[in-house]
Amino acid sequence: MKGDVIRAEGLTKVFNRSVVAVDHVSFSVRDGEIFGFLGPNGAGKTTTINMLTTVLRPTEGNAWVMDFDVVKQAKEVRKVIGVVPQEYTADEDLTGYENVMLCADLYGIPRDVAKKRALELLELVDLIDFKDKRVETYSGGMRRRLELACGLINRPKVLFLDEPTLGLDVHTRAAIWSYIKRLKEEYDMTIFMTTHYLEEADALCDRIAIIDHGKIIAMGSPDELKNSLGGDIITIAIKERADVTEIIKGCENVKEVRYENGAYRIKAKDGEVTAPLIIEALRRRGYTVVKLSLTKPTLNEVFLEYTGRALRDSEESRESFIAHRITLMRARR
Amino acid sequence: MSSSKLVEEARPSLIRGLRALLFRELKKWLEDPVMVVMLVLQPLIWMGLLGKAMNINALFSANNMNLPQQIHVPGDAVLSPPGLRFVVLNGTKLSQFFNELGSKMMQGVFGTTDYFSFMSIGMVSMIVVTTTMFSGMSIVWDRRLGFLGKVLSTPVSRAAIIFSKILNATLRAMFQATVILALAYLLGLQLSPTFTPMNLLGVYAAIFLLSVGLSSIFIAFSIRSTRLERPMQFISLITMPLMFASNIFFPINLMPDWLQAVAKVNPLTYLTDAVRQLTILPTNFTALAWDFAYLIAFSAVFAVIGVLLSWRYLSL
Repeated sequence: MKGDVIRAEGLTKVFNRSVVAVDHVSFSVRDGEIFGFLGPNGAGKTTTINMLTTVLRPTEGNAWVMDFDVVKQAKEVRKVIGVVPQEYTADEDLTGYENVMLCADLYGIPRDVAKKRALELLELVDLIDFKDKRVETYSGGMRRRLELACGLINRPKVLFLDEPTLGLDVHTRAAIWSYIKRLKEEYDMTIFMTTHYLEEADALCDRIAIIDHGKIIAMGSPDELKNSLGGDIITIAIKERADVTEIIKGCENVKEVRYENGAYRIKAKDGEVTAPLIIEALRRRGYTVVKLSLTKPTLNEVFLEYTGRALRDSEESRESFIAHRITLMRARR
Repeated sequence: MSSSKLVEEARPSLIRGLRALLFRELKKWLEDPVMVVMLVLQPLIWMGLLGKAMNINALFSANNMNLPQQIHVPGDAVLSPPGLRFVVLNGTKLSQFFNELGSKMMQGVFGTTDYFSFMSIGMVSMIVVTTTMFSGMSIVWDRRLGFLGKVLSTPVSRAAIIFSKILNATLRAMFQATVILALAYLLGLQLSPTFTPMNLLGVYAAIFLLSVGLSSIFIAFSIRSTRLERPMQFISLITMPLMFASNIFFPINLMPDWLQAVAKVNPLTYLTDAVRQLTILPTNFTALAWDFAYLIAFSAVFAVIGVLLSWRYLSL
């Protein structure tokens, strides 16, 4: 819809004529919302961001940011967006303040305005005491905050966050998010972010697109997505070796039963009420329930539902990826 | 708050962007003095080994012949007047004669009687190559570290990104060349009588032109590369031929024809000749004008190609 902050229509990127990184993706982001791309490593999240931020040229399809075409009006797009990349891109040999000022110069912000704004931003992300220290001495969380300050120096209307908490511990992640929320309120922005942390997407995003193998497989608010599963997940294991699928299916509220890894995975409305009913039904037939768990659906269940895989599987490779990045960074010196 | 107003007051300009990026590059360089020393060390070693150890002057000098005071020559070696039994030559005179001949040959071949002066000016060209060739690598680094991506997502002119790399390499090359020239002077470079301090302006102009052209080539070659191997390979492929198929070590008119043809398009030949004309040789203004014409054309063509390529192809 025209007027949306970001629009993508059939956006596609093919690398080396054969690797389809992003496959005809269409979506739109409304004014003022936090829109998240959720998906595993290599799903095409960063490639999408790179196309929206004019750094990569789409192979096919169109996209607009603030109604500017990302290919034909790239320069206009660049003026209204802020980008916080996945990597720590701040220059290690410069101080935090110098890095922010470097960004300001790239945007051509008048010097006096830039100085005031840089100090204000460094204050907001609590780096003011370290502004004259070389970035080399910064911790991961500090670097991420510095990237935030750099990405906001031009007061962007749209902020792109590519895995903003990648490689940070839980505590630092929470801190980063409180900064992001504070900045969003302060500057009244629309945020487009990518993440592979389910909890993050769930807690922060107004709407989410789940992306896998370059395709959007589901889109909506976290609640919509979770509700689309049609209820809670009950997992039950019995002592006997027997197929009790039909018995469970006969219970009230039960929607779907699957036998997985030695247990029945049951999708049902009102899990708290349904679970006792199932146990009762099984006991009446002489079966013994040895294990029971009830989960409210999370985005992981949503992901599992659409792809047949758990999203968490990809996390380990992420960590090694970060380690590699850090080695590279050291090597440049 | 009216953020639209704030956006409008930002004016991305080529000069601002260029200055900011160049500042970053230079700061990075100054933080690492070891690298500077290493880069100067290399031509210094060449200068010491080739320029001093391989003493070509001595080949053309009679001092090492140990001629005796009197040299007896059999009469049949002398054709006129005929019938002499033997002739006695004055060794000292002969020695002087050989020395004069040697100097003439040195002058004829190298244009100067001092080989060290000849080749140490060649080292200026060499340092320009070894310094500028790293400009391609730094673009690959910036790409791999994500810095390039961040810069590309800002409205700064793409030309500013390329020119900051080119100018950085050029300034480094000019600095390193200064060190080389100063060291050469201390080690006994013989300036020609036509040299005036004003000539140094010409020297720097020539170095500037070649550096711009060369770094544009090196950058253009790695503009799409994501791996460091590519510029590295390109460097090792091109450095040797670039140095030896030129007049850095030896005058090209004594080379075989095919090698002369290569040396005559090699821009290093023109820089070396220009700097020699301005420092150790009695300046030949026609030759100097040709040198500069070639260097200007070379740097203009490749800088334009570099910028055009960057507009079209500089991306992640």
